[in-house]
Amino acid sequence: MSKILVIAEHDAGQLKLATLSAMGFAHKVCAATGGSYAVLIVGHGIAAAAETLRSYAAGCVLVADHSALKEPLADRYAHVINDVARSQQATMVVGAASTFSKDVLPRAAALLDAGMISDVIDVNPDGNDFIFKRVMFAGNVIATVKLEGALKFLTVRSAAFMPPQKVAALSPVTSVTVDAGSLPAQIEFLGSEAKVAGRPDSTEARVVISGGRAIKNSEDFERLIGGLADVMGGAVGSSRALVDSGITPNSLQVGQTGKVVAPDLYVAVGISGAIQHMAGMKDTKVIVAINKDAEAPIFEVADYGLVGDVYQVVPELMEKLRK
Amino acid sequence: MKILVPLKRVPDPDTKIRIKADGSGVDFDGVKFAVNPFDAIALEEALRIKENLGDAEIVVVSIGNDDCVEQLRNGLAMGADRAVLIKAADELDSLAIAKILAAVYKREQPSFVLMGKQAIDDDSNQAGQMLAALLGLGQATFVSKLELIENNSKARCGRETDAGIETVAVKFPAIITTDLRLNEPRYVSLPGIMKAKKKPLEEIALSDLGVSAMSRTKILALEPPPKRKAGVRVKTVDELVDKLRNEAKII
Repeated sequence: MSKILVIAEHDAGQLKLATLSAMGFAHKVCAATGGSYAVLIVGHGIAAAAETLRSYAAGCVLVADHSALKEPLADRYAHVINDVARSQQATMVVGAASTFSKDVLPRAAALLDAGMISDVIDVNPDGNDFIFKRVMFAGNVIATVKLEGALKFLTVRSAAFMPPQKVAALSPVTSVTVDAGSLPAQIEFLGSEAKVAGRPDSTEARVVISGGRAIKNSEDFERLIGGLADVMGGAVGSSRALVDSGITPNSLQVGQTGKVVAPDLYVAVGISGAIQHMAGMKDTKVIVAINKDAEAPIFEVADYGLVGDVYQVVPELMEKLRK
Repeated sequence: MKILVPLKRVPDPDTKIRIKADGSGVDFDGVKFAVNPFDAIALEEALRIKENLGDAEIVVVSIGNDDCVEQLRNGLAMGADRAVLIKAADELDSLAIAKILAAVYKREQPSFVLMGKQAIDDDSNQAGQMLAALLGLGQATFVSKLELIENNSKARCGRETDAGIETVAVKFPAIITTDLRLNEPRYVSLPGIMKAKKKPLEEIALSDLGVSAMSRTKILALEPPPKRKAGVRVKTVDELVDKLRNEAKII
């Protein structure tokens, strides 16, 4: 019987939607093999996010709310996860494949001497154990893997698992006692970049407009990529080339080393389609590529390709979509 | 000051990865290998810290078979002072690697460890965080800006998170993992290569390190990802809008 502990993720109390996909993974495992799952949310001022988590048939929503946990510092969060995983006798600890989980979960896994699999896209029972599929080599290889041990840590790709159905009966809430004095204090939080308000996060948006090398400067990026995103109610993304040349901030990069997105619609504007970039977007439902090089590799994965100069095509597209 | 920099031998990032016909593994026949690009960034940062301080010892370490000597020599040619090869079986997962690195750490007692955030072959992104946990040290992951502060007793680190840059300070000793934008590694020079031949490279059998590190992850099979079916070319913006509205029904 599985006892799964899902680690919820939030941004200053705002629940990240990828958490629901991790719960979807847990739901799928429990439906196939029996067992139950609990969700743990760690932070400060997280009551609203915890309330949202109650609607998805989890056995229990565990809330570790303390001012000493306001910032997501890996040493403190891993310490709390370690305690809860032990007291819950968890057999799996699962989070969404995000920078938060990648920072915190391997640390917690090692504290519990548990192995870990990153970027899981499928799970199937195998006797009393499981077989997982995960992506490697910048998305060019899918590995079928087993992980030995009574406790397993995983991160899951959000595009691969549907959120569980909402149910009327709310999950009970249990508060986790946090002894602030016993929390480690090796990492000191100094600050975080002010977020640009207005546009959604590319990992959560239904539409992502992404710009590449064809965009010459940041004003053009804002006018063309930002403009098209606003017309379509989408998020913006960028190829590595634009980040390297200082046109876009690091946090916009989509790819093997940036964000992995899987929206309904991805519009690649002037992006040639290096394998490292495609690793971050090829699970999109519909890909549109606009590029003046008819031989660009992006056209091999695009559902709709338009060969043309982005400086002409994008303004025309914005105008026609506004109608 | 002593900085420990682990280097992993991986297929060159520009290599097209081929899977063996029976799915049992990747076909490495004729494939060029390189230092994992994120590890090269870690080494470059260590070299810059050494150049800034005027003095520091940089030790590079690899875990694997004799082939890893090539990557260690490369690290020495870039400017590391000394290399250690832990001779071990090829397939080790992140937890096993972290346990071995923890043993190397205890032997070397560095001021801190600088390593890549992930290896570009298995893309796990776990070893640094696990190493920090095993040693009970602080960690700063995905670092794209690094500055030594308070008399070189701490590092102020800019971390690349999904929400943007987060800044933390970690007390030494600590584990710092590097992201793409930290620096651009230098090229290896010919005098560097000549000097590297004379630098010490120590080989240690895993069994002599006194650590039992078994891989718990077992790879059963590999396959290529499903191919996206070839799409269509549209000639005009009108046609594109029409397809998105009426065929894909996405807008």
